[in-house]
Amino acid sequence: MTNALHTLSVSELAQGLRDKSYSAVELAEHFLARIKAHDGHINALITCTENEALDDARRADAALAAGTAGALTGIPLVHKDIFLTEGVRTTCASRMLDNFVAPFDATVVAKLKQAGVVSLGKANMDEFAMGSSNETSYYGASRNPWDAERIAGGSSGGSAAAVAAGFAPLATGTDTGGSVRQPAALTGLTGLKPTYGRCSRWGIVAFASSLDQAGGFARSAEDLALMLGAMAGFDPKDSTSAQQDVPDYLAELAQPLAGIKIGRPREFFAAGLDAATGAAVDAAIEQYRQLGAEIVDISLPNVGLSVPTYYVVAPAEASSNLARFDGVRYGHRADSPADLKDLYSRSRGEGFGREVQRRIMIGAYVLSHGYYDAYYLQAQKVRQLIAADFERAFADVDLIIGPTTPTPAYKLGEKNNDPVTMYLDDIYTVSANLAGLPALSAPCGMVEGLPVGMQLIGPQFAEGRLLAATHAYQQATDWHLQRAEVAQ
Amino acid sequence: MSLDADQVRRVAELARLAVDDAELPVYAQELSSILNMVDQLQSANTEGVEPMAHPLNMVQRLRADAVTEKPDREAFQALAPQAEGGHYLVPRVIE
Amino acid sequence: MSYPGWEVVIGLEVHVQLKTQSKIFSGAATTYGAEANRQACAIDLGFPGVLPVLNQQAVEMAVKFGLAVDAQIAERCVFARKHYFYPDLPKGYQISQYELPIVAHGHLDISTDGGETSKRIRILRAHLEEDAGKSVHEGFEAASGIDLNRAGTPLIEVVSEPDLRSAGEAVAYLKKLHSLVRYLEICDGNMQEGSFRCDANVSVRPVGQEELGTRTETKNLYSFRFVEKAIEFEIERQIDVLESGGSVDQETRLFDPDKGETRTMRSKEEAMDYRYFPDPDLLPVVCDGAFVSSIRDVLPELPEARRTRFMASFGLPAYDADALVAERDLAAYFEALVAALGEDNAKLAANWCLGELTASLNEHNLDVAASAVTPDALAGLLKRVLDNTVSGKIAKDVFAAMWAGEDDADSVIEARGLKQITDSGAIETLVDQVIADSPAQVEQYRSGKDKVFGYFVGQVMKLSKGKANPGEVNRLLKSKL
Repeated sequence: MTNALHTLSVSELAQGLRDKSYSAVELAEHFLARIKAHDGHINALITCTENEALDDARRADAALAAGTAGALTGIPLVHKDIFLTEGVRTTCASRMLDNFVAPFDATVVAKLKQAGVVSLGKANMDEFAMGSSNETSYYGASRNPWDAERIAGGSSGGSAAAVAAGFAPLATGTDTGGSVRQPAALTGLTGLKPTYGRCSRWGIVAFASSLDQAGGFARSAEDLALMLGAMAGFDPKDSTSAQQDVPDYLAELAQPLAGIKIGRPREFFAAGLDAATGAAVDAAIEQYRQLGAEIVDISLPNVGLSVPTYYVVAPAEASSNLARFDGVRYGHRADSPADLKDLYSRSRGEGFGREVQRRIMIGAYVLSHGYYDAYYLQAQKVRQLIAADFERAFADVDLIIGPTTPTPAYKLGEKNNDPVTMYLDDIYTVSANLAGLPALSAPCGMVEGLPVGMQLIGPQFAEGRLLAATHAYQQATDWHLQRAEVAQ
Repeated sequence: MSLDADQVRRVAELARLAVDDAELPVYAQELSSILNMVDQLQSANTEGVEPMAHPLNMVQRLRADAVTEKPDREAFQALAPQAEGGHYLVPRVIE
Repeated sequence: MSYPGWEVVIGLEVHVQLKTQSKIFSGAATTYGAEANRQACAIDLGFPGVLPVLNQQAVEMAVKFGLAVDAQIAERCVFARKHYFYPDLPKGYQISQYELPIVAHGHLDISTDGGETSKRIRILRAHLEEDAGKSVHEGFEAASGIDLNRAGTPLIEVVSEPDLRSAGEAVAYLKKLHSLVRYLEICDGNMQEGSFRCDANVSVRPVGQEELGTRTETKNLYSFRFVEKAIEFEIERQIDVLESGGSVDQETRLFDPDKGETRTMRSKEEAMDYRYFPDPDLLPVVCDGAFVSSIRDVLPELPEARRTRFMASFGLPAYDADALVAERDLAAYFEALVAALGEDNAKLAANWCLGELTASLNEHNLDVAASAVTPDALAGLLKRVLDNTVSGKIAKDVFAAMWAGEDDADSVIEARGLKQITDSGAIETLVDQVIADSPAQVEQYRSGKDKVFGYFVGQVMKLSKGKANPGEVNRLLKSKL
């Protein structure tokens, strides 16, 4: 048994399990030991489920012995704490749900369980997934394994930090405006947000229902392909789930890159993009050209309105989705309420953090009488324009490339003073959510010792193409193999 | 568009959020700055554009009318801050 | 009730619970009367992470209703969230329909003046939505208990145009609607259990004034009588306010059945800001032509059409036709009876359906379908009336015996010897005996006191134990006296 199990890929780990080089229990113990050793510092997990993990691992060992194991049997993973996990505390990083033990599994959790993964715990995140730095978590921010003074990104910051710190080879996340891609970029991981409707939303605490989508973090496109194959698929419990077959994403990795047209939207390379980050993305574009792809200059004229559109649609839906947290059936309840209104107002005022309350208020405001047309309806129309921009672009190109974030990870506390400065960092990621498109971030360089990512966006249900293009890049480069010191 | 403390108080009440008086001006400033950013939307020409509510062009699936759930009341109410005799409790409501 | 100088304007919003097995967005049962919260699943409780999926039967029932009121069925309708905080509303919003309801622009014709004239009431819309739970106020100290079994039960809210002009019209409309939804088998119509409830929008204006007066909305009306009382109270209250120089406040009021009054529940200043927006968890519902026709094809004959047919084919008066079609099962019973007796005897069949049958059903609190006497059995009895085997009066006794579980009409008549005496010889003997036993009355009659004739008929009938053919008795008495 090697001490560097946390540096192996998912396929290598699966091979080791099949070869009996180590058992699933030993594998789980290895990662659990790493969590114990380092998570006090990184704060990637809210809950570590050691006992449940070892039970899962024993089941995996039995399946391995019986010859019924699949590609993910025995592979450890962490779930973002927004996924309901039966019998396990599910907090959404909020005081509101501090004591909430989920009564059922999210479909994505159940599917991964079915595939034999071993869940090690629940990952830290921004409260109710609202934030881009993990600093809104009730349990304190996750730290970036590359530099603990810096943010791991958000909202799925704990998932990213966990994989980047070598606590698990895989992690689930959700992405409403970039919450998988941005932390993936800032921690040197490959992170995918699938097409809206590709993965079921059942059992994911809703933030913005028309934008939310489950995704995942891994070290490579290959590992992600394995994970996505197990997560995706139609779910009759979700009316917005797509009735589309799940392809063999691993097989799709072999799609050739030659002849593929990749669009480079000029709007993604305008003012606001850090020069070194932009240069890293341009180097990746050059790499794609050398690999046989055709690079086309394109324009997405309305994409500049993505952030304002997003910050109307998402808070509006959030204000509605979070109305159910009222201290009556579950969650935080204020002490000795004077009356019903007092029960509601104080339970919610105490249970929700500041950023969540800000977004609820913005959402309630833009939906309220007299403002609906000017804000919400207008945003839905601009959303249509943005989606149409992409549709037009994809008539010509197969993929779109750009940066994932304007800069590498910034320091914790650096952007806490004005919410808007932080919102504007979502500039490259939110448009894919607005249009429901699959998008992926993969590491493409280092800026002053910190990883930066490139973003690939595809047409709806082109996850296979995104993964294949990333895989081709990762075969030719080694950015995805760089590791933070803690993970070495 | 900017909000004053009074408007914040009203929207907080609408959303049932207890906000300290001292916090109202802080929220007013923060929410105003968000609304100012969002106001860029007004510059877009959206005449004749259909609002987009969903990213996928799908229609609602219909479920067969069958009883498939057998709720476990005790399990659900174990999560309730206050329940009695199978009911969830709230401060007395009188109409 | 009339209010000289004033015109009353009423519109009704009726909540019709749909008779589905499971809820509109979850697979929990809808059965009434279960133990608290035993029929509230994670979706109905508004747990984090749950999602709604629409019940097909609820959509079909709404379309059925739309077709029955001759309305437009929206090819594409949309669910919206209506937000307010209340403990019986677990998600903090109700899933309803706002801008694009499934049914719009229909109508219902009501009968006024005992069925002689009819008036068209326009239906603005009917939309699908979920019901809320219930608050229980007794049995908890300083607290209310919340039962969410009803949360998520499918409803259609039927909104009329303000076409109603009196409490009487409002009740007639409501009864018609009640009958219709039961006909369509989309609602059990049980008002006590809240399956069919009503809010009334009422305003008054001076006769001749174009502009509508300020209206109030009165909630909590769950019987026809309450609707009538609440509306009448509200009309009088508003007229009093206006005549004493005041003005009516636009507000929501609550009817108190114990006091028979309405009182303020919410003023306009406290009016809710519902923040409607399309529910992102649900997609547009498409009812295409094929779907709508498939429902149209299985639509039963509707009360209005049946009423017209009863009057035209059977020559029934409007009053009878109205009463017969009010309940689908009663109309079916009547038709089975007519089929057995022949159309010429439809009036006799109608009289018995609306008379003895309805009386017995009411007495035993039974539905028509549970009648102890089947249409065939009743036809067997009425045939004996038609062929003069028994009189109408004796037939009622036979009916009672049949209802109590005795055999068919012929056996009862036979066993009890109830056969009518039509033999002139036998009746003549009885007539002779009565004349011989009543010399004083004979004297009176012959001296011009015609009224005494009734006495002779009574005596003969009594002697025959009611079995003598009354026509024959009359004829013989006249000739002998």
